[in-house]
Amino acid sequence: MFPGSMADSDVITIMGSNMAENHPVAFRWVMQAKERGATLIHVDPRFTRTSAVADLHVAIRAGSDIAFLGGLIRWLIENNRYFHEYVINYTNAATLIDEGFQDTEDLDGVFSGLMEYTGDPINGFIGTYQNQSWQYAATQMGDQGRTANTAQSGEQGVQSGQPGTQAAQVPPGPPFDPLVQSLKKPPPLTDPTLQHPRCVFQIVRRHFARYSPEMVERVTGCPQAQFLKVAETLAANSGPDKTGSIAYAVAWTQHTYGVQMIGAAALLQLLLGNMGRPGAGIMALRGHSTIQGSTDIPTLYHSIHGYMAHPSTLKSHETLTDFIKAETLPTGYWANLPKFMVSYMKSMYGDAATPANDFGYGWHPRIDGDYSHMPMMIRMADGGVKGMLCIGQNPATSLNGRLQRKALRTVPWLVVKDVFETETASFWYAAPEVTSGEVRTEDIQTEVFLFPSAMLAEMEGTYTNTQRLLQFHDKAADPPGDCRSDTWFTHQLALRLKRLYADSTLPRDQGFKALTWDFDYDPGHYPTNTRIQGEPDIMKINLEINGYLTGTRTPVDGFGNLKDDGSTTCASWIYCGMLRPDGVYRPASRTPDPEDNPGSHLGWGFAWPANRRIIYNRASARPDGTPWSDKKKWVWWDGSRWTGYDVPDFTATKAPNAPANRDGIGLDAHSGTDAFIMKPDGKAWLFAPTGYVDGPLPTHYEPAESPVQNPLYPAQQVNPVLKYWPRSDNVLAVQGDPRYPIVVTTYRLTETYLSGAMNRWVPWLAALQPEPFVEMSPELAQEKGINNLDWVTVSSPRGSIRVKALVTGRMRPFKIEDRWVHHIGLPWAWGYSGLVTGDVTNDLTALVADPNVTIHEGKAFMCNLEKA
Amino acid sequence: MAQAMGFMTDTTLCIGCKACEVACKEWNQLPATGGGANTLSGDSYDNTVRLDGENWRHVRFVEQFDVFDPHRNGGRWLLMSDVCKHCVQAGCLEVCPTGAIIRTEFDTVVIQSDVCNGCRYCIAACPFDVIGINQANNTAMKCTLCYDRLQGGLTPACAQACPTASIQFGPLHDLQARGRKRVEQLHASGESRAYLYGVEGDGYTDQIGGLNAFFLLVDPPETYRLPSRPTLPSRSTVPDWLAGWGSALVAGVVGLLAFRQRRMASVDAGREIPRPEIPSRPETPARPAATPARPPTPAAPPPAAPAPARREYTPTGDQDEA
Repeated sequence: MFPGSMADSDVITIMGSNMAENHPVAFRWVMQAKERGATLIHVDPRFTRTSAVADLHVAIRAGSDIAFLGGLIRWLIENNRYFHEYVINYTNAATLIDEGFQDTEDLDGVFSGLMEYTGDPINGFIGTYQNQSWQYAATQMGDQGRTANTAQSGEQGVQSGQPGTQAAQVPPGPPFDPLVQSLKKPPPLTDPTLQHPRCVFQIVRRHFARYSPEMVERVTGCPQAQFLKVAETLAANSGPDKTGSIAYAVAWTQHTYGVQMIGAAALLQLLLGNMGRPGAGIMALRGHSTIQGSTDIPTLYHSIHGYMAHPSTLKSHETLTDFIKAETLPTGYWANLPKFMVSYMKSMYGDAATPANDFGYGWHPRIDGDYSHMPMMIRMADGGVKGMLCIGQNPATSLNGRLQRKALRTVPWLVVKDVFETETASFWYAAPEVTSGEVRTEDIQTEVFLFPSAMLAEMEGTYTNTQRLLQFHDKAADPPGDCRSDTWFTHQLALRLKRLYADSTLPRDQGFKALTWDFDYDPGHYPTNTRIQGEPDIMKINLEINGYLTGTRTPVDGFGNLKDDGSTTCASWIYCGMLRPDGVYRPASRTPDPEDNPGSHLGWGFAWPANRRIIYNRASARPDGTPWSDKKKWVWWDGSRWTGYDVPDFTATKAPNAPANRDGIGLDAHSGTDAFIMKPDGKAWLFAPTGYVDGPLPTHYEPAESPVQNPLYPAQQVNPVLKYWPRSDNVLAVQGDPRYPIVVTTYRLTETYLSGAMNRWVPWLAALQPEPFVEMSPELAQEKGINNLDWVTVSSPRGSIRVKALVTGRMRPFKIEDRWVHHIGLPWAWGYSGLVTGDVTNDLTALVADPNVTIHEGKAFMCNLEKA
Repeated sequence: MAQAMGFMTDTTLCIGCKACEVACKEWNQLPATGGGANTLSGDSYDNTVRLDGENWRHVRFVEQFDVFDPHRNGGRWLLMSDVCKHCVQAGCLEVCPTGAIIRTEFDTVVIQSDVCNGCRYCIAACPFDVIGINQANNTAMKCTLCYDRLQGGLTPACAQACPTASIQFGPLHDLQARGRKRVEQLHASGESRAYLYGVEGDGYTDQIGGLNAFFLLVDPPETYRLPSRPTLPSRSTVPDWLAGWGSALVAGVVGLLAFRQRRMASVDAGREIPRPEIPSRPETPARPAATPARPPTPAAPPPAAPAPARREYTPTGDQDEA
């Protein structure tokens, strides 16, 4: 969904986010909904600025979110309050699952298929799942991989990336359609009565049977009455004429089971019929202005543009045909992957990419393990990394800061490109290890290069924000001095590297030599209103991303027109269509809807895919194509085609009663009610046969560090496949360790931005939150003899920091399993550089992570606190 | 005169983001406290602490939590962006000896820095403690309601920056109508404590004729450190003839003392301008470690006249209550 759509919600649940505080601009839509009478619920361990304006603040212990959501799921099913017509038509509730599947209820907290992990330890897994038994019965719908790549670690693809065993021998493409056709399998078995014991609905019901209101209270500390009030409010505000939304941010992702928290929310929203409809859905709040863009055109290690899997040595990816066999789903929209992939290869290697050389596929780099931040820094700390380009990041104040700075001390060269001298640039003389004498500057061999960067208003380009909306912004002024834009830096670096390789005859360098890099301004077209020379032509980059016909260089008019024969290029298929063939650049368009319009604002910027604002919006109509209600109409069938307030996310002329073509591939294989077009079966998944590496259904586990034994499954304390790198400088507290009895959660404040590298240098901002502090309850303060503003020491097995106490009734203890557990909160916006400085909160955090996406657990870990 | 313009600050929409504070400082080029190197106040998330010559918007954070209840049932965190009230009868304007303080064509109150001599009379006269000396130019300064932006047809910087429309700017008449409607809406949705502070007939600000920058509040004015009976300085003065005699007497004594002191002390006191007793800022009690429990609010005050128990605002104790 998009933030503007939240204004249409009847109930908004913010959980795993402090939206008012960290997304204040998007929060205006929440306040608009509230003004229209919507109920705002905030579920959070702390009482924050979001809670201050919420109708209901529900406090739960940090890390117990799945128990709370699971309780809601159970309550909806047991009280028959789910949206039956939606669930039966648009989800996989009726689909039968393989006979071999065993649930956590059968196996004491783990799913069938759990194995020892025998791969490279740098990947961090403490276990691994074989997911064959999680598949749809009688058909191996999921084993073709490529279903939820963003939730799939690159190093974990083996099971999900096996080519279909039934695949017949077919000629290699292009065209690749016969190959895709050969991957087809029989459709899954279903039981529309939802009574079959192996149908998804019954499996979900059994899986969540334990999550009773009593259990919710035991695990989360939330009184049953309050939990039931939330359940009743959500159920009362869903159905044909009501919708609700759920907003989350990094307080859900930063857990060892964060992806499953989001999965639990998705399951809940599907039961309530809250997907693809106005005011409904899950609002994934993103923390930077263009972090959405940085996953679309990825800075991720395991994915290439447009959420296609990165070619990997761990999967059957030897040739382009192998890649397509492993990654293409024959039914659903992803059947078009060969067109996206070939166009991507053409964008990479231009004329050098031909059918004869597999479009240069052999030149493309392949990953062989986890190259995300944490394993990278561990490799670096062990001397395995030769150099680092650090742009827009501040690892010196990042997770387990001492380890990160140790890594920085071993890397031979380090380039920091930033607007200020960040802690990462100054670690060699200002880090706590250096000022304390533990490490001497002269012993640090790292050569640090600080490149001054231009700021936002000093460069042009687009943002892709949390609603997948591309908005172009102009440059207001030249940057001062030697400061340069990111595009300038990247362009100039590429040009210099190309020159260095120009004469190489080594086979391994031929790919780099073939790489297209044609972004210089045409002669005579360089802008004259700037003193900066050497910027690339942004519109050429846009054309590269959008794609063009290789003959005429005319922009491709939408990804539906991409080809798998090399006649089109396209760097990122999801952005295709932002540049129209007539030259109109849609991210720069600024035509809002009139005042009383539904507010999709299709003339404002460009939202991928295809300028669609709500994806899967076919679900905003009943199966027969009429709107669920007049109040919630969005997209509907007018008798001959789909129409409405948005770009329909469906084949434009496929009637609601159109049957599926059993022999077809892609969307032909879907019927007129298969609203979830990216899914192979056209259904939203309550139960996920593939995509998650840690189970097909969300299960409550305790954080890697927890004060209590898992009340739900005492035999299984933590996520059985989480990622952890055991090292002497990355020790975890064992469950119930008396030395670390207090739960701590880390976060940022409205006044601060991430590590503070930008706000702590700006006087007006620095003055707003000038010193680091720990928020604690009066109960804890009394217990420890601490007064407001006293200095305190907070310690974890990784390190300790000194901060001031902020004693506040907004913090509270939680009663878990008959004892009180104290909670504290630590903003992490300080460091040793800037106008205001303070200890690095992340010196306390550990490298322990979610197995799907390798995000650390910063929202729930254990510490101790004493008066300093 | 153009239309009377003003602010309505709806505290039920405030999320305490302080964008108003920063936008104000940026537009008006006001210095950061301590050049940025401020200190933690320990009073919730408020490190700006007060309105003065360098802080023209100030977000207040009022925590109301029952710390004897671990569940903190009924806890509230009241957030409010405070600003110069641009009083209809402005005390500062009344006392300014140089005519530096003017009422503009927008019916707002503006201090002209180039006319101000820094005498501080206005600081004493303001019942809301809004004005302060700006160290940069040593003159009294406060919110101008972005007079320069208004002249250019722009919205004041704070209202422009406010993401949730807590700060609304517009013709006063429209704002008041909008405010009354909003109060009705809040009453209907169960927030029976909502009321407007600073509009005609509110029972609080009538003595100064209401405020051009008024507020929608959900607790008594004192909770937000607003006076329940702001008055004009002229209401506090004694009759002229008595004041004249009194002043002469005081001046004589002071003069004698000063003569004596000049001989004894080498400190240059020449910059101190003799002035009447300033009503001092009410002493803010040191914040206890544990926030005291919120006094119980009346269970159901009548929606039409939400008149919470009032304490008199008597900074000097000698106000004429007539």
